[in-house]
Amino acid sequence: MNDRYKTTVDAEQAPVIEPGYTFGTITEKISSIVLTRPASNGWFVGFGVGFMLTMMMLYAIGYLFLKGIGIWGDTIPIGWGFAIVNFVWWIGIGHAGTLISAILLLLRQSWRNSINRFAEAMTLFAVACAGIFPAIHVGRPWLAYWLFPYPSTMGVWPQFRSPLMWDVFAVSTYATISALFWFMGLIPDFATLRDRSDKPVLRIVYGMLSMGWRGSARHWHRYETAYLLLAGLATPLVLSVHTVVSFDFAIGIVPGWHTTIFPPYFVAGAIYSGFAMVLMLAIPIRKIYRLEDFITERHLQNSAKVMLATGLIVAYGYGIEAFMGWYSGDRYDAFTLWNRLHGPYAIPYWSLLTCNIFIPQLLWIKKLRTSPLALFLLSGVILIGMWLERFIIVVVSLSRDFLTSSWGMYYPTRWDWMIFIGTIGMFLAAMFLFLRLLPAISIFEMRTLLPEAEVKE
Amino acid sequence: MNGRKVTGPVWIQPGVPDNSVTVTLGYGRTRAGRVGTAQGFNAYALRTSAAPWFASGLQIRKTGDRYVLASTQGYQSMDTPNGDHRPLVRETVLEEYHKDPDFAKGQGEEPAPGLTLYKPYPYKEEDYAWGMAIDLNSCVGCNNCMIACQSENNIAVVGKEQCAIGRHMHWIRIDTYYQYPDEAARDRDNPKAFFQPVPCMQCEDAPCEVVCPVGATNHSSEGLNDMVYNRCVGTRYCSNNCPYKVRRFNFLLFQDWVTPQYKMMRNPDVSVRSRGVMEKCTYCVQRINEHKIDAETASVREGKQIKVGDELQTACQQSCPAGAIIFGNINDPESRVSKLKAQSRNYSLLGELNTRPRTTYLAEVSNPNPELKA
Repeated sequence: MNDRYKTTVDAEQAPVIEPGYTFGTITEKISSIVLTRPASNGWFVGFGVGFMLTMMMLYAIGYLFLKGIGIWGDTIPIGWGFAIVNFVWWIGIGHAGTLISAILLLLRQSWRNSINRFAEAMTLFAVACAGIFPAIHVGRPWLAYWLFPYPSTMGVWPQFRSPLMWDVFAVSTYATISALFWFMGLIPDFATLRDRSDKPVLRIVYGMLSMGWRGSARHWHRYETAYLLLAGLATPLVLSVHTVVSFDFAIGIVPGWHTTIFPPYFVAGAIYSGFAMVLMLAIPIRKIYRLEDFITERHLQNSAKVMLATGLIVAYGYGIEAFMGWYSGDRYDAFTLWNRLHGPYAIPYWSLLTCNIFIPQLLWIKKLRTSPLALFLLSGVILIGMWLERFIIVVVSLSRDFLTSSWGMYYPTRWDWMIFIGTIGMFLAAMFLFLRLLPAISIFEMRTLLPEAEVKE
Repeated sequence: MNGRKVTGPVWIQPGVPDNSVTVTLGYGRTRAGRVGTAQGFNAYALRTSAAPWFASGLQIRKTGDRYVLASTQGYQSMDTPNGDHRPLVRETVLEEYHKDPDFAKGQGEEPAPGLTLYKPYPYKEEDYAWGMAIDLNSCVGCNNCMIACQSENNIAVVGKEQCAIGRHMHWIRIDTYYQYPDEAARDRDNPKAFFQPVPCMQCEDAPCEVVCPVGATNHSSEGLNDMVYNRCVGTRYCSNNCPYKVRRFNFLLFQDWVTPQYKMMRNPDVSVRSRGVMEKCTYCVQRINEHKIDAETASVREGKQIKVGDELQTACQQSCPAGAIIFGNINDPESRVSKLKAQSRNYSLLGELNTRPRTTYLAEVSNPNPELKA
């Protein structure tokens, strides 16, 4: 009927699934993580740390609501600090999940089948972390709903010319589609878990979540159509969400923000950091749950290649920014370039270039592309680099703009750090829960990778 | 000094003669209530009735301690570290001015009117178009306008810690720029100092307005860039996008809403802002409206149209001892502000950004005594 999941095994490449598996063993291996394996001490420690950091974040947010933005390092001229940096960073990380699940599905890249599930979960949790910031960074958070176009009795609408307004639409659409897409992909696996679980409570919970899935041919037919349609809906979002996020800056007048290169370079940066996060999650997961047969060297290599490509696009973006600083002849742009290279924030800028451009060139070496440890470390470097990139764009541009009398410096406070680290904890805690409660790898899509899944006509 | 001793911070300023120290009197309380106790340094300890104003024989020794001085202005220059000069305060000497009276306009190109995506508003057809001209020749940098504005507009006093990290709330500030005779040689001894009062520019094409997601800052038909405090949620995007950085944000609850006595201190015509909202210069909109109402009642009473004239003054203008700030109706060619804006010295600060500011500056023309130079 369709060859969506047709395995294309290149003789020279590592396989996307190691040989020797049957439908039964795949199902057993993945579902056992959820159903039969007891939670290890390591899991409890990991989840506990994540949970405690989440509590710390909630405490910091509580104090923020009580006192006001003044507990952060934001000042005039630097009105946006860590909150916006973290927002852009997290939302960027989410992009890889959508790219893997939607675009690679449409492009029939069957290797995606073993990583799409947790990459989508990563997207969802990253968007949740990102979503915290726009809501809490406003001066009067209890009125943040005014950014939504709700039919007010006073007839007051948001101001539709503002990029922040576009952000509201972009991010809320993205969160909705990501959640739907993730949930839809889970339905056949929920049914598997329902059928295999021996605990009545779990059977009821998974049964409700599986929405009456029986696996009939008609179910599959409708499911495939709906999944493809959702993938089609999600695909433009990979490009549009970060484009709109970049408008927050590109529409502004601030030197260092006002550039037309921002949309493509933000999207590339988002995928860059997203794949780094995918690898940072995939490498420990495959090791701990012994899933090396499902997440193979091929997956690691492909992700590394995507990072190398997007990293070069990002490098091109930096190059063009620097070139335009000189070529435009604009004195403010020229100074922004000078300030990045030699100003008070030169150390973050050079670290950014090192983390995002220089060190990742190691990915040209095949040996490193196939070494899990090297990839894990490189991904960490890239994630730091991408965070620094947002810091440079948001904070450093604002710190020295037009009037030399109004230049300033930004010093994050402990509250800034607590909320930032807290979101990382929240992300980890959610990831740990996900690993225990849901199949981290799509069972039914993995089964289609086996040679016997091919339908002969 | 002669056995008398004071420990205090030192702030090295350009242009102070060698081997001399200026001390500020009036600080260094040992007992002055909640905010005043053990603050500052008492310079009176150096002062004797024999030499109340000048004394010699002072010796300075480094203690190695560090002390944070809260200041709203640094000692910046219009020259950026990459060797560029930004024409923020435009100035020349009298001789050059006679040769080229339009020198100020030549230092930054202003785009032609109407270069905007949005439909330009016909301000010329309104009765009033408020504008301001600030004569940099007259300004002596006394800060009086700041204080007048603070009391007129109920501006919060934020305290030392907040001030030190850049959260002062002044709606008008005096930018100080030093110009060194030889920037490259880092000659800090003979600077020229310039003062530039900066209130809100009330840009006709205001960058702050388009970026506000809730429409809390809007333009009035008379050209005022109005803040709607009730609508502001505090995204601070407007401040980021303001090239003049004149917007001020209530990062914390800076106003005391509890103490009843403070109610008597405040101007009843001006809203008291709460935490989390942006605020900025309004051109004293409460005074504008008061005068407009008076003019309208007078029109009805006398049966002919009476318009608000130059008797309307903003607080900063009223208090300026040098008369450097002139405010008025630029739709009336006879108003003082219109006449000043028609002068060749008139220029817009950062006009090249196409903000079309209503506040403009009259460039400084000095006439230095050549004998002093030698």
